[in-house]
Amino acid sequence: MTEAKANATVAAVRGTSDLAVHMEGVNKWYGAFHALNNVNLEVSRGERIVICGPSGSGKSTLIRCINQLEVIQQGRIVVDNHDLTAGGKNVDLVRQETGMVFQSFNLFPHMTVLENCTLAPMKVRGISKVEAEKTARRFLERVRIPEQAEKYPAQLSGGQQQRVAIARALCMNPKIMLFDEPTSALDPEMVKEVLDTMIDLAKEGMTMLCVTHEMGFARQVADRVIFMDRGEILEMGPPDTFFDNPKNERLKNFLGQIS
Amino acid sequence: MLIRPFGWNEFLIIVMAAQWTIALSAIAFAGGGVGGLLIALARVSDARWPRLLATGFIRIFQGTPLLMQLFLVFFGMNILGFAINPWIAAAVALTLHASAFLGEIWRGCIEAIPPGQREAATALGLRYVNRMRYIILPQASRIAVAPTVGFLVQLIKGTSLAAIIGFTELTRQGQIINNATFSPFMVFGTVAAVYFVLCWPLSLLARRMEVKFSRSTTR
Repeated sequence: MTEAKANATVAAVRGTSDLAVHMEGVNKWYGAFHALNNVNLEVSRGERIVICGPSGSGKSTLIRCINQLEVIQQGRIVVDNHDLTAGGKNVDLVRQETGMVFQSFNLFPHMTVLENCTLAPMKVRGISKVEAEKTARRFLERVRIPEQAEKYPAQLSGGQQQRVAIARALCMNPKIMLFDEPTSALDPEMVKEVLDTMIDLAKEGMTMLCVTHEMGFARQVADRVIFMDRGEILEMGPPDTFFDNPKNERLKNFLGQIS
Repeated sequence: MLIRPFGWNEFLIIVMAAQWTIALSAIAFAGGGVGGLLIALARVSDARWPRLLATGFIRIFQGTPLLMQLFLVFFGMNILGFAINPWIAAAVALTLHASAFLGEIWRGCIEAIPPGQREAATALGLRYVNRMRYIILPQASRIAVAPTVGFLVQLIKGTSLAAIIGFTELTRQGQIINNATFSPFMVFGTVAAVYFVLCWPLSLLARRMEVKFSRSTTR
């Protein structure tokens, strides 16, 4: 909580807005396929957002636009006061301030867990090796796998790999964390350990955008849940109204199918 | 004119000529290594022009015989006003040839790295040079070892064509000895045996590395 407070102070000193992410009239096409259809979204600092929807609905595309792994064709995205659409250095700054966790972990297989965690802080932030390793061990401790630091990713279970991926992202000291179906590739018995790590993170006040099908997680930690279909945001609201009193027909259908 | 018999001496002369084959192969391989890396990086570039230029370069060298490439460089140098020098012509032609082929081999290895690796590195804020240097190329180079050694075998055998532009390596030395001894079967049998001794261990090495790699690529 102190971290959240510190962030708030910094924001106040800089005189910046309270928005972590601001998307306005965002459109994206893959050829003729309309992947994002006039998406508008404002995420406050410290807010936890869960995005759900059927596959191909554009939810992954949406969060991949926030660190510009995907480029949009229309609209405006501002992340932590850096206007991505203005391009240039802003893109680099945004990527440094957002951490991302992928469905398929994407750990670097030729590096140890510790090296996975220290590479970016050393090469991007210019932090010394000693300092970077200290930070890395602290975060590995936090995701409860400090004893795996010297191992290679292939020697770990899926759940452990995903927790390393979370630690790796945290080592860059990000202001926003993006999760792209972090538990979808895991065996059922490993889902909980990853979700618990994410819940811890949420409790500490991290701004989070999670694409996930874990509705229990959404109920427990989300401030707002978003339902997307065919590239559009169709419903958005706090978990209790979202799940217990959905208005949109497609959302009702979707909730009926997954529960 | 006397025909001398094919003896121990002639045998040694042929074997010694292998050093020029090795030297030419080494130069072409080293030059092709540098050129090939540039070609491979250009081929996977996001920018259109480097990609098109590299593709054109590769197509030309893959679509023409090595002998024609040697001829064009050899005679082309003369047209451009350089003195005819088989050494330089052979080295330049084989370097260009190796650059094209290694470039194409290594492009495949770079593209074999799952896109998630690049994405994860990008998401961490690593920019192009660091992504290539620390994430993509170290992984690609592991896959590249076996086909690269395989190409080296092709390159060593390819240097025999340099004999035609008058570069005295293994094959050319064989021709010279044959003109004096007139025992082509013995002479070219020896030449072939020397090539085999150079290439076979490399082929074995390539195969062994392929096996080792396929075992160690479990992610």
